Amino acid sequence: MLSRVRLKLVVLAAAALGLSACQGGVLDPLGPVGSDDATILIDATVIMLAIVIPTILLAFWMAWHYRASNSKAEYLPYWSYSGRIEAVVWSIPILTIMFIGGVIWIGSYKLDPFKPLPSKKTPLEVQVVSLDWKWLFIYPKEGIATVNQLVVPAGTPVHFSITSASVFNVFFVPRLGSMIYAMPGMVSQLYLQADRPAVMFGQSSHFSGDGFSDMQFQVRSVPDAQFGAWVQSAKATGMALDRAAYTRLARQSQNVKPYSYASVAPKLFDAVAMQQIPPGPGPEPGNSSHAGREVSRGGHD
Amino acid sequence: MSDMGLPASVGAIRRVREDPHRLGYRAHGSGEDVEGTGHGTTGPAHKRIIVGYGFWIFLLSDIVMFSCFFAAFAVQRGATAGGPSIGEIVDIRRVGFETAALLLSSYTCMLSFAATNKRNLLWTQIFLFVTGLLGLIFVLLELQEFIELAGKGITPQRSGMLTSFFGLVGLHGLHVTLGGVWLATMMAQVQIKGFRREIVHRLICFNLFWHALDIVWIGIFTIVYLMGSGA
Amino acid sequence: MFGKLDWSAVPFSQPIPLITSIIVILVVLGVLGLVTAKGWWPYLWREWITTVDHKRIGIMYCLLGVVMLIRGFADAIMMRTQQAAAIGGPGYLPPEHYNQIFSAHGTIMIFFGAMPLVIGFMNFLVPLQLGVRDVAFPTFNSVSFWLTASGALLVNVSLFIGEFARTGWLPYPPLSEATYSPGVGVDYYLWAVQISGVGTLVTGINFVTTVLKMRCPGMSYMRMPMFTWTAFASSLIIVAVFPILTATLAMLTLDRYVGWHYFTNTAGGNPMMFMNLIWAWGHPEVYILVLPSFGIFSEIFSTFSGKPLFGYRSMVAATLFICIVSMMVWLHHFFTMGAGPAVNTFFGVASSVIAVGTGVKIYNWVFTMYGGRVRFEVPMLWSMGFIFTFIIGGLTGVLLAVPPADFLVHNSMFLVAHFHNVIVGGVVFALFAGLEFWFPKAFGFRLHAGLGKAAFWFAFIGFWVTFAPLYILGLMGMTRRLQHVIVPAWGFWLYVSVAGVAILIVGVILQVAQLVVSIRDREKLRDVTGDLWDGRSLEWATPSPPPFFNFAVLPNVEGEEPYWGIKLRAVETQQLSPEPKYEPIEMPVNSPVGFYTAFFATVFGFAMIWYIWWLAIVALVAAYAGFAWFAWRDVHEFEVPVEEVARVDRARRAAREVFLTQLSRQEVLP
Repeated sequence: MLSRVRLKLVVLAAAALGLSACQGGVLDPLGPVGSDDATILIDATVIMLAIVIPTILLAFWMAWHYRASNSKAEYLPYWSYSGRIEAVVWSIPILTIMFIGGVIWIGSYKLDPFKPLPSKKTPLEVQVVSLDWKWLFIYPKEGIATVNQLVVPAGTPVHFSITSASVFNVFFVPRLGSMIYAMPGMVSQLYLQADRPAVMFGQSSHFSGDGFSDMQFQVRSVPDAQFGAWVQSAKATGMALDRAAYTRLARQSQNVKPYSYASVAPKLFDAVAMQQIPPGPGPEPGNSSHAGREVSRGGHD
Repeated sequence: MSDMGLPASVGAIRRVREDPHRLGYRAHGSGEDVEGTGHGTTGPAHKRIIVGYGFWIFLLSDIVMFSCFFAAFAVQRGATAGGPSIGEIVDIRRVGFETAALLLSSYTCMLSFAATNKRNLLWTQIFLFVTGLLGLIFVLLELQEFIELAGKGITPQRSGMLTSFFGLVGLHGLHVTLGGVWLATMMAQVQIKGFRREIVHRLICFNLFWHALDIVWIGIFTIVYLMGSGA
Repeated sequence: MFGKLDWSAVPFSQPIPLITSIIVILVVLGVLGLVTAKGWWPYLWREWITTVDHKRIGIMYCLLGVVMLIRGFADAIMMRTQQAAAIGGPGYLPPEHYNQIFSAHGTIMIFFGAMPLVIGFMNFLVPLQLGVRDVAFPTFNSVSFWLTASGALLVNVSLFIGEFARTGWLPYPPLSEATYSPGVGVDYYLWAVQISGVGTLVTGINFVTTVLKMRCPGMSYMRMPMFTWTAFASSLIIVAVFPILTATLAMLTLDRYVGWHYFTNTAGGNPMMFMNLIWAWGHPEVYILVLPSFGIFSEIFSTFSGKPLFGYRSMVAATLFICIVSMMVWLHHFFTMGAGPAVNTFFGVASSVIAVGTGVKIYNWVFTMYGGRVRFEVPMLWSMGFIFTFIIGGLTGVLLAVPPADFLVHNSMFLVAHFHNVIVGGVVFALFAGLEFWFPKAFGFRLHAGLGKAAFWFAFIGFWVTFAPLYILGLMGMTRRLQHVIVPAWGFWLYVSVAGVAILIVGVILQVAQLVVSIRDREKLRDVTGDLWDGRSLEWATPSPPPFFNFAVLPNVEGEEPYWGIKLRAVETQQLSPEPKYEPIEMPVNSPVGFYTAFFATVFGFAMIWYIWWLAIVALVAAYAGFAWFAWRDVHEFEVPVEEVARVDRARRAAREVFLTQLSRQEVLP
């Protein structure tokens, strides 16, 4: 009686812990992309568990029942083939995988990052540049830019155009869903939407060097009116993001606190994406972030 | 016994006549030693087969490596970064001479192996020497091409396309050069040690290598030069 | 004169690498001093360093692998503890060190831990299982081993001279290009992996040729043991994909050294091309590791169930199926790179399809136990642990193969948990199971069972406590390779993971203790029969350890499970087969060329890393000279006199007479 109560407590504790894992991460989506991704993840898990759990139980039952000390179990020392079992054994994985294959096909087309979201509202354009080691967000229509801070209106799809000004990174906001690579010389596209106001974090999901761990950025989805107000306040304060300021920004720096620019040079993102502005310079002797190790005199970009 | 250097198929025919039921097992008292082919149940193959087969596998792996450089060229063919395009750098006439030299060298290589089969040292060496000479001509022509291009400022450091061009053609040229070094070593070995079993095995391997380089070259001059000049 | 090398390369100002280096150097000097003092050099040189015996080479590979596993594990301890210590703070490892540590961890575990161990098993077992005396190219085998050791040495030298790569275990450009990684770290990686990669390629060629062209009489393909089949499939993959690694690393080396533009950021370089090329190698690489691991489990399941493997032909088909499909799935490592739904779908489906082959294998192992008499010796414990662990790892793998799901967890701790799940559960568990299983064959005495069982339980539980939290962290959004952690909610699971590491440490200690105790008590644990586990394949027909020529007379194979048939007939007729007619045996002579070539390869690699061009040229010339000198030798083989063969084999037969009497008294065979 007492042990059953203890067992229940253990199960509840485990469930609570497990549920805590669901907060704030990819299983706690805030928008349609994230929730579709998460649904597929959970569905695929359930399908696989339906096969995996019986298989594990079968394996352990088999080992237990046919243990050497069990004289009741039949000993069939020459039995090593059965067409019927083979047919089942091949069919189960094949059928499961056909099912999963369907999920893959449908899901990959539905959740293609380049595909616009169905919405009555015009998507907000945000251009994203990954630098060493911070994120630059340019709002081309609003004419402002931010570093390590992303503010979006809730309920409006956001169209991200993403490039990198140094090495590969991955733009990822876990609660909004799909991630995609930021690559130099190329423009990736991503459509995401936050359904409700919230504060969350975004990060780079591809290791990019010594300052990589500081590439988290704050993401806020806010009501439309608040978004407009935020844009106005950004325009009122802060520097201009002209080419000179951008060149300074492109130099390596770590642990950059969020701030904003009041104006942005026109077509700055295009210039970065097409490498008319050269990519970031990497570690420089005066700006070296490592403990004074030698700088290569060999080949360079 | 099988050191006659006969092609494998003649040996196989003899084995079928002597051992029709493919028992092939080492003697447990019969004293008759039937050598295996490595096929099926006849036991381990003769060393010549093993060496040749292993070298074939190595050649296949080498072709995989070349295919990576071909793939890089295919991907970067248009990545000229404002520099010269492939059509502007290929010289079909010189490539024609290079091809003639290399293909001819494959022919002389085969002739030298025919002489080896007859255990004729003089003609083996003569044809090996001619093979090496033709290979040298090939390499020198290629070097001339690279030096001329470099003189015009067309270097692999200029663009992705030039990198993959020089990389692919250069890798092949490097193989030919190393093959030449191997050739010289083989000529010395054959001269000093004669047609011992291992030497003949190595000559088989060298032949395979040289012919394979020819095949790769056909791929290169087609994909890089012929298709490039049409671009 | 010394290129880029000067005293600033030694980490005098960094305590952790400095102290580690001093300890390692002292240990190495201590070992070398001990060997010198005891006068063991002639023996070591003659019997081990210049050996071309596949069994000895296999043992050396395994020794290298185990030592490097421990080094990789030390890196792992530092990684887990750093993350737990760095929640909201900097931890104790600054990024430039932490980044080297996780890069070294992955590089060492894959290239110098798991690969040598798997290849070591292949080396030891395949000729024995095929009933032949050695591999196709014994001297090349020695070259392969020493080149691998050379790479391992270079990686470890980076600890106290210079630095290691800070790019992760696969050096993605543009980060790995000279612009963003100007130090020597990536160069250490490139030369170490390139040199050992050549060794591995030669191993692949060696084993493909051996399996296809060197089997004992009567051994058709469908009579080969399952481990040999998987070793063969693995070798096919090696031959097919290691040239890709060679080519790709060569391209990156050219970019870094002479400013070419294969993968650079600008001037027409294409970093995406690196991703495709390297993963076209990288995915098959893990199947190179896991297929022989499956083979090990096939041997263990059938031996310890007392039955033949269920569905042998199916298993062969599944193995070859996995072998081929493994080369068609590489893009699943970068679904998020925006290739588009059509491409992603193809590779997602292909990746799931591999699960069919693996699923078939698992069911076949389960049905091998059906109707068996399962003995839960230590290898069987590892096998059951594998079934549980690997199936779950495979489940998470199929999840990751679904692109929209991967869009949430790519490069996250979920991914880290998945691949450790399959590599530890699949490969590492197999290696420990195999070590327990074949150690008596190799050394003539078994390992202490009690310590082995304890080690298993600590490893199994430790694994799950360490890695299950990582799945949860991945779902909470945590990405991999973070030097410090900003989200406090992640802290709890990071602490749980560190607790798991503590359990694993105990497991490792127990494993080492098992080895020490077994060596100390080897007389008590001696195996005199040569067939300790009631084996079914030909290696169990030899004494433990086998004579250097393996078999006095090559066996004649008449059915599947060749040794089982021989044993059965002996028990039925109550006598051994008649004494064969002995003949002299030709065996290859030992050769220092492997050691010599690798020595100069190491010098060459070191010289290239530090831009010491004159030394590089000298090393190349010396290596070529060594090879040419080797090619000039007149004596390739020596003859074992017929009296020696007879003496060794009669001793074996005497032991087998005793064994036969023991067998007949028990009701072991039906």
